Amino acid sequence: MIVLNGERSDVEVGTTVAGVLAGLGLAPDERGVAVAVDGEVIPRTRWESFALGADARVEVLTAMQGG
Amino acid sequence: MAVEPQLGTTLGGRADGRAGAGDDPFVVAGRELRSRLLLGSGGFASLELLADSVRASGCELVTVALRRLGSGGAGQSGSLVDVLAAAGVTLLPNTAGCHTARDAVLTAQMAREAFRTDWVKLEVIGDEDTLMPDAPELLRAAEELLADGFVVLPYTTDDPVLARRLADLGCAAVMPLGSPIGSGMGIRNPYNISLIRESVSVPVVLDAGIGTASDASLAMELGCDAVMAASAISRAEDPVRMAWAMRDAVSAGRLAYGAGRIPRRTYATPSTSHAGLAEFGPPPQA
Repeated sequence: MIVLNGERSDVEVGTTVAGVLAGLGLAPDERGVAVAVDGEVIPRTRWESFALGADARVEVLTAMQGG
Repeated sequence: MAVEPQLGTTLGGRADGRAGAGDDPFVVAGRELRSRLLLGSGGFASLELLADSVRASGCELVTVALRRLGSGGAGQSGSLVDVLAAAGVTLLPNTAGCHTARDAVLTAQMAREAFRTDWVKLEVIGDEDTLMPDAPELLRAAEELLADGFVVLPYTTDDPVLARRLADLGCAAVMPLGSPIGSGMGIRNPYNISLIRESVSVPVVLDAGIGTASDASLAMELGCDAVMAASAISRAEDPVRMAWAMRDAVSAGRLAYGAGRIPRRTYATPSTSHAGLAEFGPPPQA
């Protein structure tokens, strides 16, 4: 089961990073967003091709106000 | 330190609300900045207040943090980046909240993807109560990020030795704290800040602890190259007015540093000569 931002999700194995972002309502070229899978940063250039394996842990981060 | 006052620009230089009178440029990693004030985007009650404060402060670098999508309220993220872009400032991502070198490095790498910048304000926190940096983890993270091509601006303690170690690694600046983040206690050890200024050749940016304008002026008078303020502005009763005050305080402190203050003395030294002092003679008899 894929974990998205620390919570169980119904994202299916094999979904690409781009697919996950689309599912979150984000544009393919969304500004200020970054993705890591299993502790590895996935560059934008691989969002279309990188498919999630079973038990993948996905972090989708974005800009927040912070000192 | 060569500051050449140009009297003709004393007023004109302030027309855009940024450059201080007769100041030399502030250069970090080859980038010339006109403002010596960096602003943290945290703590502002609204994005409008943040935008107005950015404008009043005249700053060019504004820090942002990275958090999980959706954790800060709907629509917050995109509009934060948009608001700062509209204000014409450059984003400086930080690694706030990271407690290990690994987390800080990953966060910096994600920030590079998110904001297309290789600059990072590196924070590795070692204690929850004081938010003081974890020195060994900080050095480790700085080393890894520098090897990965980042321009690293580390938040550090006011320890001159640690600051020098960070500079020797290749950090583009060092950012010593004046006192704990958000405490508003000002600069607790001005002596150490002066020592740091003497011991490194990269810019020194006083980070954390600034409470009001005089703290920012003191930092600059001690020889710091710039001041970073967040809570002092965002949590002031009138953030925009405080942003304006900080801008002027940084400017004034920098000028005073360049002007060279008089030495401190125990006893008075008259500023008016005794020569030519009138002698009125005894008072007339009644």
